[in-house]
Amino acid sequence: MFGERVSRREDRRLVTGTGTFTDDLGPDALAVAIVRSSLAHAHIVSIDTDAARAVDGVVAVVTHADLPGRIAGPLPLLIPHPDLTEPRTQLALARDTVHYAGEAVAMVVARDRYLAEDGAALVEVDYEPLPAVVGIDTALGPDVVHEGMADNVGAAGGETIGDVDGALAAAPNVVELDLDIERSCGSALEGRAVHARWDARDRKLRVYSSTQTPTSVRFAIANILGLPDEEVDVIAPDVGGGFGTKINHPWPEEILVPWAAMTFGGEVKYTEDRAEHFVASSHERAQRHHVRVGFDDDGHILGMDVSFVHEHGAYTPYGIICPIITTTQLPGPYKLPAYRCRFRSVYTTAVPVTPYRGASRPQAVFVMERTMDRVAAHLGLDRIEVRRRNLIQPDEMPYDLGMTFQDGRPAIYDSGDYPALLQRCRELVDWDGFPARKAAAAAEGRRLGIGFGCYVEGTGIGPYEGGHVRVETTGRVQVATGLSSQGQGHETVFAQIVADELGVPFDSVDVVTGDTRRFPYAVGTFGSRAAVMSGNAIAEAARAVRAKALRIAADALEANVDDLHVVDGVVEVRGTPARAIPLTHVAVLSNPLRYSFSEEARAATQFAATPDPDLPPVPEGTEPGLEARGWYSPVRSTFASGAHAAEVEVDVATAEVRFVRYCVVHDCGRIINPTIIEGQIHGGVAQGIAGALYERMAYDEDGNLQNASFMDFLMPYCTEVPDIEVDHIETPSPLNPLGIKGAGEAGVIPVSAVVAAAIEDAEGYTVTRMPLGPSDIHDLRVANGRSTRPGEQGAGRPDAADAPE
Amino acid sequence: MNAEPTGTAGTEPTSTVTLRVNGQSRSLRLPDRRLLSDALRHDLGLTGTHVGCEHGVCGCCTVLVDGRPQRSCLVFAVAADDRDITTVEGLATADGGELHPVQQAFGECHGLQCGFCTPGFLMVTAALLARVPDPDEDTISEAIAGNLCRCTGYVNIRAAVRRAADLACGPRAAGE
Repeated sequence: MFGERVSRREDRRLVTGTGTFTDDLGPDALAVAIVRSSLAHAHIVSIDTDAARAVDGVVAVVTHADLPGRIAGPLPLLIPHPDLTEPRTQLALARDTVHYAGEAVAMVVARDRYLAEDGAALVEVDYEPLPAVVGIDTALGPDVVHEGMADNVGAAGGETIGDVDGALAAAPNVVELDLDIERSCGSALEGRAVHARWDARDRKLRVYSSTQTPTSVRFAIANILGLPDEEVDVIAPDVGGGFGTKINHPWPEEILVPWAAMTFGGEVKYTEDRAEHFVASSHERAQRHHVRVGFDDDGHILGMDVSFVHEHGAYTPYGIICPIITTTQLPGPYKLPAYRCRFRSVYTTAVPVTPYRGASRPQAVFVMERTMDRVAAHLGLDRIEVRRRNLIQPDEMPYDLGMTFQDGRPAIYDSGDYPALLQRCRELVDWDGFPARKAAAAAEGRRLGIGFGCYVEGTGIGPYEGGHVRVETTGRVQVATGLSSQGQGHETVFAQIVADELGVPFDSVDVVTGDTRRFPYAVGTFGSRAAVMSGNAIAEAARAVRAKALRIAADALEANVDDLHVVDGVVEVRGTPARAIPLTHVAVLSNPLRYSFSEEARAATQFAATPDPDLPPVPEGTEPGLEARGWYSPVRSTFASGAHAAEVEVDVATAEVRFVRYCVVHDCGRIINPTIIEGQIHGGVAQGIAGALYERMAYDEDGNLQNASFMDFLMPYCTEVPDIEVDHIETPSPLNPLGIKGAGEAGVIPVSAVVAAAIEDAEGYTVTRMPLGPSDIHDLRVANGRSTRPGEQGAGRPDAADAPE
Repeated sequence: MNAEPTGTAGTEPTSTVTLRVNGQSRSLRLPDRRLLSDALRHDLGLTGTHVGCEHGVCGCCTVLVDGRPQRSCLVFAVAADDRDITTVEGLATADGGELHPVQQAFGECHGLQCGFCTPGFLMVTAALLARVPDPDEDTISEAIAGNLCRCTGYVNIRAAVRRAADLACGPRAAGE
């Protein structure tokens, strides 16, 4: 089954409307609406809840003063890091000060959501405004977001390899670049949602959350509410997209809603609406970079010095993973003899930043690939040729970057064939035929451009995942893993793995993800890790079950274990298929019984079975049941890679960008299901195009988000996303038994870099910031003296690209 | 906090509404401001219709009203009184055994990932194919261009609509 285009088993319920998303639960649950700060930065003078409490159907209005114990304290700092010297996390409900517009200030609990919103509208909060701190420029100025801090720098860090100053001083060519990326956000079509039910008699809190990490949400709830872990179950049911936003936890509502269920009784539910998703979840991407790069006359990079400012919004719940990823992933597939990257991570009065698909890799790749294009332009060399000359070669693997990756482990590329990727993508997009296409278009008064970019992505980070596999006496195989799914097709690919490892029909395998009742230990679904981590853990569990089945079957068949194999759910003696025992029967025998309640079970009862009378029925070192747990805990990450190319046309009149071709060559090691991988890449590229051309967070100077709706935040429809051509190479990872690497984020990573290069090529001026909408392109045309009228051509390649802008 | 409900129950203006959904009629007493999307999901338990934005842009909540796609988050339930409503639950045969060609095609073509936007796409596609059995590429784009998907990049959705047309029409004659 491994490698086959198996249809997804998730689809039947999802196309028939019988899936279960969090808001589908609890039609009679009490509903929560949150009162959110209308100001970016202010002291809370008073909160008047009387009018809200008088609304018919309102059960309670809760402010910070009502929260007991740890619930009143700051939410956790999830990933502490020594460079994060000034961490700040928010309170479940703000107490004295709000630090972004959208921060939770009060909770209204009512009979239904309409009434809860009626109540929320009547909560009167008296604010005393403080200065808003919007954008990186202001963040580096005198106004401070958090009282008690001297400035807005929450963290400073970086990495240095080699003698950068020496390399730059000696380099025959040095150029400098300033490169900016703006904020965007995940925008899953299902927002966050939490449903909690407290059963006081059973002392059981069951929480459903639209999360990427139910196991960790469980520990967080138990910890903060002061419950034993055993009294809390957390389930991620069908989740309508995550894209990183839902890895952050616990959100205020993930604490408030369970607490409300315990306090007010019964079931309580919160469903984030779209406006809230924009102002009360998280954003990412805003970074400003300065680059100095030294290179020889053949385009070999000699040294690269990068400094950047990462804007992390009002709080740092997820630590500084994003700037660490930019720092360590920036070199990509290239050899940098000397490299220094320093960052400052700054507070603003904006929605907090946590990783969004790609997690600051798009910025890293934008910096590296824009630099490569600038080197090529400076020397008048072909852009792919300059890249090729700097690539790490396959025989240099494993390649140690000399840096510490986001998991605290050494960043060492485990495998990859970057020259092959480059060449395959060059051929796929017909790079060499482009000048003729461009000239032909120019003759018609049209502007074509082509862009190219490469990336390397650290995937499959630890610490671990686990899996449980159990063969029932019916023959059905039950598989569980703790991490959750948001559309990646885990139920399908994990069943493919088990079918192969165990030797059972694919259709006999049932997979459950993200339910702490079934598997309580897990880390979560993020960082392109689920297939690598849970895939290998489940494979390990399946192998253990298989070994156990062979042992039991060997006894029953009076055969040697080494002579047995499992085919289609039946253990057979090799070469003698008549000597066989189905796994259903092995499952019965695996659990020695005193009591029988079915025909099959009789075989395992004490007077039916004929075991060795001198041995215990459950031999030492074994356990009853045909089941096992398996774990996978890698020493370090495995590194996937890829190359993208885009051919675009920029409309001479409207400055709109249209894709002529979009090509991807991708390497995620061994592929479990090509259809699913291609789907992941398509979706990633679409999000990349969104970030390159359409999506930004339009904050005004007072810190209000001006485009917090799908009318104003321009998420692409099908009309904006072209067909995407995908090809693969496979360099198996030597780090895990299945040889796989992660693929979930890959598609999005190089798109801004590639599209920037294509627009630059079409338009003939230097592109240094993304996203670029038609207005931006128009402004760039004006600023660069290019024609804004149909019938007049822009210049060709930017020969003057190194001129001051 | 801990306020007891103070008002008397049922002060909201309500109306009796007859919703005819997937061929079955139900009479409900609903607040006048109840959205059709909420009535379907929370009063009738038809949670296959999803709500993605509540301002009529994403298309997740699309249902068919008298055969035409409508965003159920922009329609009050009272305004759907006595209309024929079809939701995603009404696409397959009543026993759930046989999928509608559109459902079949989205599965075959991997036209869905998380599945949240999918019911909306299925409904606009079903309406398209009822109107235009053999749509060309522009017609397909036009039909689905009001629905947002964050997972698939639309590539496989376009393929799924084409496949659904093939499944619905049967194999087309060569040379057509």
